[in-house]
Amino acid sequence: MPDVAVVGFAQAPNVRSTPGTTNGVEMLVPIFAEVFERTGLSKEDIGFWCSGSSDYLAGRAFSFIAAVDAIGAFPPIHESHVEMDAAWALYEAWLKIRMGEVDTALVYGFGKSSAGQLRRVLALQMDPYVVAPLWPDSVSVAGIQARLGLESGLWSEKDLAEVAARSRADAAGNPAAQLSGTVEVAELLDAPYFADPLRAHDIAPITDGAAVLVLASAERAADLVDSPAVITGIEHRVDSPALGVRDLTKSPSTAAAGRALDLDGVEVAELHAPFTHQELILRDALGLGDQVRINPSGGVLTGNPMFSAGLARIGEAANRILDGSARKTLAHATSGPVLQQNLVATLEVLS
Amino acid sequence: MSCLAGKSRTCFTRNVSAPELPLSAPLNVGFDYTRSVGPVLGRFVNALRERRVEGVRGSDGRVHVPPLEYDPVTAEALSEFVPVASEGVIVSWSWIAEPVDGQPLSRPFAWALIRLDGADSSILHAVDAGSPASVHTGQRVRIRWADETVGHIRDIAYFVPVDGPDTEATEAPPPVAKREEGAPVSVVITPIHLRYEHSASPEESRYLRGLAEGKLIGQRCPSCEKVYIPPRGACPTDGIPTTDEVELPDTGIVTTFCIVNVPFLGQKIKPPYVAAYILLDGADIAFLHLVLGCDAADVRMGMRVRAAWKPRDEWWTSLENIGHFEPTGEPDAPYESFAHHL
Repeated sequence: MPDVAVVGFAQAPNVRSTPGTTNGVEMLVPIFAEVFERTGLSKEDIGFWCSGSSDYLAGRAFSFIAAVDAIGAFPPIHESHVEMDAAWALYEAWLKIRMGEVDTALVYGFGKSSAGQLRRVLALQMDPYVVAPLWPDSVSVAGIQARLGLESGLWSEKDLAEVAARSRADAAGNPAAQLSGTVEVAELLDAPYFADPLRAHDIAPITDGAAVLVLASAERAADLVDSPAVITGIEHRVDSPALGVRDLTKSPSTAAAGRALDLDGVEVAELHAPFTHQELILRDALGLGDQVRINPSGGVLTGNPMFSAGLARIGEAANRILDGSARKTLAHATSGPVLQQNLVATLEVLS
Repeated sequence: MSCLAGKSRTCFTRNVSAPELPLSAPLNVGFDYTRSVGPVLGRFVNALRERRVEGVRGSDGRVHVPPLEYDPVTAEALSEFVPVASEGVIVSWSWIAEPVDGQPLSRPFAWALIRLDGADSSILHAVDAGSPASVHTGQRVRIRWADETVGHIRDIAYFVPVDGPDTEATEAPPPVAKREEGAPVSVVITPIHLRYEHSASPEESRYLRGLAEGKLIGQRCPSCEKVYIPPRGACPTDGIPTTDEVELPDTGIVTTFCIVNVPFLGQKIKPPYVAAYILLDGADIAFLHLVLGCDAADVRMGMRVRAAWKPRDEWWTSLENIGHFEPTGEPDAPYESFAHHL
């Protein structure tokens, strides 16, 4: 089976709100042009297209169909969609190349979180019989998870603020980031609670955005870019949707996905953690030590475009290989409430 | 999350945006999710209706409340029901200072995971505790039942501290599930209402503002030169924004059509009537509109039609300004001239 490599990645600026449509076309057209320019490919060269988005962000049925205009989908194309973060669309595209059905694929994700009330809309991800009818907002549920760790001594409010401060400092080097800059941990801890025990800095900002990533078989990739980022492992797992059954201070699905891969020698990890404490849960689940550089992009605490943020983690991890700054990186994506579903991938220099 | 197909009911209101920005307007989506409960959740909601709580025993012996249909570890179907108490202990909590629509309380409250006495897993629900200072992990709480129970998770209105008084409910219970009088609840209804600010694209906004002035504005793809009306965010052939503006006449042809014979909820015209694809002269894409002003049986492919505009004082940023299209009486367009648009 052919190896699969990332050959191009681009993302729209992460912003609090855009005046554009919920179908993302305005955000997608420029970044498609960017990856085509970088790889020398054109739309006629793409064998398979796959996207991730959600009708619930748009408030419209089949909203992802309109986004297909940004592709230029005539004559007809080979296309699919997942109602999840586009990292799972990447998994589908990876399979298509592994099976030898195509040798290039373009994956994109988009979301206009600002169109509705995000933390309320996300309540609809939960069990529709006994949880969603209560409208538990996503921030409150994450707060319950954070308190479990705080009160059992797994982490402190200061630990969480340190994650936020480091993320914002790192985001200074990321032109797409929504939040960046130097902040003092003590200053963050002086801020009032937004959803006790969470403060604003513990919560990823509401973000409109989009991302696109181009995959190619390793053979094809070598002709397209100098140092393709080969996906040497990719796994995803899911935990029970029943929140009260899980130990919310752990992420067994992330750990299981990580165990299926060879994580030795990982230099950089891009973790999809929409809340500060979730970064600590993920580091623990993956056994990432202090030698691993976490989220040099700033991570989703500095910009969290729903349904493309996980794909962007894979893109950022690939960029470290593409730009020659690392030889082995890890990417993690999550979808659903409080780290329910998790995908882990390793990327390496083409040998 | 699954897609919203077939479940949305939308309500657009008139727009008041500044002219240079794309048009936007509130979009309110609402629907009632009607779900059958099956044997496990059915037993749970029917017990709630009688102000009792039942859990289910998992294959490892743990009792799960709310009950799970399948064991989270072994995926085995579960069926051993276990009554549990309506009192329990807070396992973890967070505070919501500004509740959002639809939540159990509209005053500040705690969200909590609560382990009921006799259960091993916990239920997510609201606790009416007044302030974050009066809630803590390990606190004992009890169910504050809804004044009327219907067989729904919201029969548990919320929880209160075990020694505290019952407080006033702030959210109405959901609609009563459909059932025969006295019969067990087999269906639960959950109303879903979402509010959005919907935005048109810059190209659509130009088109809609043109309609308010009685103009039909299309846009041409700079690459393939096709003219789209309404204009699209990107040309579906080339994937680039349509840029050059083209004002089109209000005459065109019927490319294809159907005769609507079926009455349906919300229908504005008495059947039979014709819904047709209208291709305006100079356009490369047809749009859907009505053809009236002749017998439905006389409508045909290639028929020349003209817009019947409503009175000018009724115009706004909508294609509704054209009430319908009607035949001009000119000779039909030859099939070959529009075959490539079908």
